[in-house]
Amino acid sequence: MRFGLMGERLVALFLLGLLLFNPPILNLFSTDQVWAGIPVLYIYIYASWLAVIVMAGLTIERTREPDRGPDQPRGDPEG
Amino acid sequence: MLQQWFIFAAAFGYLCLLFAIAYFADKRADQGRSLIANPYTYALSIAVYCTAWTFYGSVGRAASSGIDFLPIYLGPTLVFVLCWFILRKIVRISRVNRITSIADFISSRYGKSQLLGGLVTIIAVVGIVPYISLQLKGVSTSFNLLVQYPEIVMPRAVSTIPILQDSALYVALLLATFSILFGTRHIDASEHHEGMVAAIAFESIVKLVAFLAVGIFVTYWLYDGWGALMKEALARPDIVQLFTTEKISDFGNWITLLLLSMGAIICLPRQWQVTVVENVDEKHLDRAVWLFPLYLFLINLFVLPVALAGLLHFTGGSVHPDTFVLALPMMVQREDIALAVFIGGLSAATGMVIVETVALSTMLCNDLIMPVLLRLRWLQLTQRTDLSRLLITIRRGSIVGVLLLSYLYFRLIGESYTLVTIGLVSFAAAAQFAPAIIGGIFWKGGTRQGALTGLTAGFLVWFYTLLLPSFVRSGWIAPDLLEAGPFGIALLRPQALFGLTGLDSLSHALFWSMLANIAGLIGVSLLTRQSAIERIQASRFVDAFRQTDDGQARYWRGTATVKDLEALLVRFVGQARAKAELADYARLRGFNLGKLREADANLLHFGERLLAGAIGAASARVMVGSIAKGESATIDEVMEILDETSQVIQYSRQLELKSKELETATAELRAANERLKELDRLKDDFLSTVSHELRTPLTSIRSFSEILFDNPALSDEQRREFLGIIIKESERLTRLINQILDLAKMDAGRMDWQMGWLDVKSVIEEALAASAGLLRERPIRLDVDLPDGLPAVHADRDQLIQVIVNLLSNAVKFCDPAAGRVGVSAAAERGAVRIDVRDNGPGVSPDDQARIFERFQQAGPTLTDKPQGTGLGLAISRQIVERFGGRIWIENAPGGGSLLSFTVPTVAGDARAAAQD
Repeated sequence: MRFGLMGERLVALFLLGLLLFNPPILNLFSTDQVWAGIPVLYIYIYASWLAVIVMAGLTIERTREPDRGPDQPRGDPEG
Repeated sequence: MLQQWFIFAAAFGYLCLLFAIAYFADKRADQGRSLIANPYTYALSIAVYCTAWTFYGSVGRAASSGIDFLPIYLGPTLVFVLCWFILRKIVRISRVNRITSIADFISSRYGKSQLLGGLVTIIAVVGIVPYISLQLKGVSTSFNLLVQYPEIVMPRAVSTIPILQDSALYVALLLATFSILFGTRHIDASEHHEGMVAAIAFESIVKLVAFLAVGIFVTYWLYDGWGALMKEALARPDIVQLFTTEKISDFGNWITLLLLSMGAIICLPRQWQVTVVENVDEKHLDRAVWLFPLYLFLINLFVLPVALAGLLHFTGGSVHPDTFVLALPMMVQREDIALAVFIGGLSAATGMVIVETVALSTMLCNDLIMPVLLRLRWLQLTQRTDLSRLLITIRRGSIVGVLLLSYLYFRLIGESYTLVTIGLVSFAAAAQFAPAIIGGIFWKGGTRQGALTGLTAGFLVWFYTLLLPSFVRSGWIAPDLLEAGPFGIALLRPQALFGLTGLDSLSHALFWSMLANIAGLIGVSLLTRQSAIERIQASRFVDAFRQTDDGQARYWRGTATVKDLEALLVRFVGQARAKAELADYARLRGFNLGKLREADANLLHFGERLLAGAIGAASARVMVGSIAKGESATIDEVMEILDETSQVIQYSRQLELKSKELETATAELRAANERLKELDRLKDDFLSTVSHELRTPLTSIRSFSEILFDNPALSDEQRREFLGIIIKESERLTRLINQILDLAKMDAGRMDWQMGWLDVKSVIEEALAASAGLLRERPIRLDVDLPDGLPAVHADRDQLIQVIVNLLSNAVKFCDPAAGRVGVSAAAERGAVRIDVRDNGPGVSPDDQARIFERFQQAGPTLTDKPQGTGLGLAISRQIVERFGGRIWIENAPGGGSLLSFTVPTVAGDARAAAQD
């Protein structure tokens, strides 16, 4: 059950990433403004990139530990 | 200190360190204490994705076109977020099926087709050669730059250097040596290269540290951090041009790059090797989901500052942007940083080359060369006792061959392109595998023909639209081809196919090749039929998480001797390993291998999988097929196996239906049998009754005749009396026989019916006249009530009279003996005329009312009383009335006595009677 939920969250995150990393959202940030001396677009891409990684990490790590029980479907082909 | 010999020694020393790590890891693996069995090593090994392209090329790309170096890393991030659905499934499938390469995977998925495996191998080799040449270029350029320290001079064009003085050639040969050392020291049926993976992981650390070091050095030592660097850069109009809106708002091929990198992270042979083949535990994939993207993030963090600093320092194009990373520390004479960069770049390149060539050599050996060699009968390979040495030799030769091919590409073509452009050509080639792979694990319908068509079409279009133009660019082919098209056909210009313009050449190539590929795969798949083995493999791949390991074993129908199987295994995987695996197999299943002579289907399947690890799935199937007696399952049998469940259900349904039918039939039979028995009983009864009825008058006739015969002295009066009895009994006998004959006639349907329209009143009067004698025998009062204007009835006149006479005689018999009254009346009913005959006798009990029309059935205790009449009158009457289409019944008349009624149809009976005639 929790793995199903995790799967859904990861798919949602994937779709979010597709949205964040592509035009036209990127066009919103491609202005000539700078923030702390750095073009906004660069800050945006790196920040959203890191955010996606952190969210993926949280989703995976928070779900996986308690679920590492015998209930995890893991068919050993050699067995 | 950066003399040529020192740099060479450092590089050689570094490679030896790598080998030591690999050797150590292999030793540890043999002891069962694996170094790589943890998610961190796994994630680091996947970072083999970052090659010289990343290390040198990203900065070059950023310096020339701004932000679009990034989608190459965003794409893999997204794929790894989705890894739960794609990579995990691929890893599971590969582990279960002992897949050793991407060619193995695709050929295995589409029916273990050797042709498909060979095709994938060819595409992979042709497609990846530019990528490997990129690494050679990166290493040799950085080496040539570094040896001229402290000057910063761009190396001469390779084409002007004699081959034997070209450092790239020696780089290629050195890398070939190390790849052989890492990847092909022995043939392992499981195809895990623990040592290689450990070394790759170590290299990933080195290149990350080196790049971070140069990044931090440039940003915080050359400049006072990001802000200061940016400020200076943005003050330069030529640099601003790169990073301002006009330039970056045009995202051009951004989406193309993102899609390509998403495909590449799965489909590049080396990514496949480390992510899928070298995976020791599916769990490691979970952590790699975020560790690997994090690695990509970190290694790209300082790309921009380094690019900007390079642009600021090296103006006028004196230094190629692809070498900024190395040139910057050299410029400020930081030898330590420069050497670290060189080693980092070497790490990035060697890691890629080692894994890529090992992966390609496995494919070349298993999916291209061995299948061909095994087919050449004159080589008699199948007779050789030990083939594992041959396998190793082929793989080593493949590695050298691939690297020399790459060197050739670098020397002839690579010069005119930047690192990233060369790499993207390979990405586009690897992406051709994506439809077959992704389609193969989610869609069961893909057929071998479809995969062949899609891959071939995609590859040809890729070759024509992307690789061919690179030949033109390097001067191999006349530029007319690009400008005017082949044979002057403008519609076929490689970079504007069918007149499609407005896209960059990469997007253009990707669009057309993917269109051809996907359309070919889907279209042909839908038009062709899967063979049995294709169908089995399709469901094994698509339902990977739902299936256990059985099922496929049933493909092997024939058997082989255990000895044959063992000999086969020994030939390919070596004596020790074959014996150990077989012993394990026997121990797990609890039987004694020594006593077993015949290898059953399961054991054959086990052997096939073991072989698949060494020589690929397609060849393994052929080899096992060569020793298995009997044939493999025919298509019908496999279809049967697959459809077994539905068939069982169908059978049981049919069975149910049959048993129901049977039940019904049984019931009908039983009923018929009951009826027959009843009829039989009735016939017996009838016969005995008839004989009895016949005997009674006969007995009296005989008795009186004997009296007359024996006593001639009887008085005349007595004589007359006896003769009268004899006559009367004879009449009765005649009547009885007539009635029986009538009944039999009616039963047999031989009665001659003279149907016509009759006036009821005259018929009844005639019948009364015929019965007059009967009525006069007793003191009976007859009441007749026949109204005028009764409708005509449709009947046989004589038979109708007989019915009425029968009923009258019946009434006469049963009416009160002292003051008998018999009534006859007729009345018109709807569609019929009803005729009633009433008497004032004792009546008939309700029980008898139903029986009274049966033959020889009479109301009352017939056994004690002498029967009156034949007992056939009413039965005959019923037969006749029913023949007319009317009906007859009896009821107790109000005021005592019984009332016998029957109807004869008037109009409605016409049609029925006519039909019956």
